Amino acid sequence: MFPRKFDYVAPSSLDETVDALKGAGFAKVMSGGMSLLPLMKLRLVSPELVVDIGRIPGLDQISEEGDMLTIGALVRHYQTAGSEKVPAALAAAAAYTGDVQVRNRGTTVGAVVHGDLAADQPAAVLALGGVIVVQGPNGVREIPATDFFVDTLTTAIEPDEVATAIKVPKGGSSAYDKLGRRGGHTDYAVAGAAAWVKKDNGNITECRVALTGVAGRPTLAEGTAEAMVGTDGSAGAIAEAASKAADGVSVLEDLYGSEEYKAHLATVYAKRALTLALNE
Amino acid sequence: MTVNDRSVSGDIDPRTLLVHFIRENLNLTGTHIGCETSYCGACTVMFDGRTVKSCTVLAVAADGATITTIEGLAKNGQLHAVQEGFWERHGLQCGFCTPGMIMAAVGLLEENNNPSEDEIRHGIEGNLCRCTGYHNIVKAIEYAGAKLRGEEPPPAEWEVSA
Ligand SMILES: Cc1cc2nc3c(=O)[nH]c(=O)nc-3n(C[C@H](O)[C@H](O)[C@H](O)COP(=O)(O)OP(=O)(O)OC[C@H]3O[C@@H](n4cnc5c(N)ncnc54)[C@H](O)[C@@H]3O)c2cc1C
Ligand code: FES
Ligand code: FES
Repeated sequence: MFPRKFDYVAPSSLDETVDALKGAGFAKVMSGGMSLLPLMKLRLVSPELVVDIGRIPGLDQISEEGDMLTIGALVRHYQTAGSEKVPAALAAAAAYTGDVQVRNRGTTVGAVVHGDLAADQPAAVLALGGVIVVQGPNGVREIPATDFFVDTLTTAIEPDEVATAIKVPKGGSSAYDKLGRRGGHTDYAVAGAAAWVKKDNGNITECRVALTGVAGRPTLAEGTAEAMVGTDGSAGAIAEAASKAADGVSVLEDLYGSEEYKAHLATVYAKRALTLALNE
Repeated sequence: MTVNDRSVSGDIDPRTLLVHFIRENLNLTGTHIGCETSYCGACTVMFDGRTVKSCTVLAVAADGATITTIEGLAKNGQLHAVQEGFWERHGLQCGFCTPGMIMAAVGLLEENNNPSEDEIRHGIEGNLCRCTGYHNIVKAIEYAGAKLRGEEPPPAEWEVSA
């Protein structure tokens, strides 16, 4: 199984990457290739130009600056999963992505930019209130995750831009849990949820819960988050809030479950993620 | 790139997959092609010390990389501990998945040479075997782990129950 013919460049810097994308026809950035190459082999995507950023030095770092953590574009899933600096929701989402070989090669930034509706790390970045840093012909811009996931496999990055990093705030506690398509945590999510909470004086002051596998894109469970704020985070409060997880969400049925089942899983995984986050 | 300690080069179409470069340009046919859809792991090789599915890596992306295939594991006629484990504990039947399975096991044991059964099963989650039911593969990896730790491998089940 071969992809269609394409031209290939491997720039050695981000500036060169932006230059390569400028004025190119249908070009695709490749980081780990764990989503792009399978799609190209199936000829579902056939770019004229592949811009391989895989060997640009310096992008494989996780660094801290103030209360923000920066994950570079070439940080692989296994690095995100294994780093103690990374908030628990994102580390777990990376650990539950694919299998060992996929985690050795695929990147956290690539998974987020790809934005599959059943992917793990996009939901975690959304719940954590992360931002996606992109560079294009007009310079650098930061896109909040809440604006990033536009529609199924469509994210707010432009075709002439390259994502250079993801930033996530470090405070609060968080967790991620999912039902994998092959059971347990394995493979894409049938459904899953990431939760992030901040507590002050025993009360929840801020909360975000993001769902994956439930709607056409990674989606915030706003009803649940609102219901959590002001509570003490007790099991009762979690159960009550989690029951609202699918409220206002346009739930999508797919091969792995009906609308009703997905909506039910949304409440189950919202509850599990919140419980894990509050016990982190 | 360097493959099994040998420096190799080639002028190739960018769409050539690493597995095809290894099999067809280098004639190293131990690395198998199973599903070609990134799921079965038969094509697993080491890329800069970590396992990857070579059907899902462009050969051009391996420019400058260090690759180890199944042919590069045995040293001076001596099987690698994982190869010996698969031999001693019957970790294969038809053998199709075996090269990839062995590479996955080598990757696992390089990170953790004393994995629990659960860690072994998770460590080979990217590799499918249609024959063995995995049982003897797990035993083979336990055998290899013990060898790598310099310990006596646990006796084979058929020796214990005999
Ligand atoms: C067998 C298998 C199992 C998998 N299981 C799971 C799973 O359980 N959960 C899960 O969430 N995912 C899973 N995946 C998907 C995969 O892990 C990620 O989607 C993938 O790793 C994306 O990252 P990448 O670096 O490989 O991106 P690539 O494949 O290189 O790129 C993906 C897309 O994002 C774009 N892109 C990538 N990086 C950038 C960048 N820096 N700037 C601009 N655009 C960019 C590309 O143009 C492309 O459109 C699986 C994949 C495989 C092959
Ligand atoms: S042939 Fe590469 S994963 Fe199956
Ligand atoms: S031994 Fe036949 S596929 Fe594994």
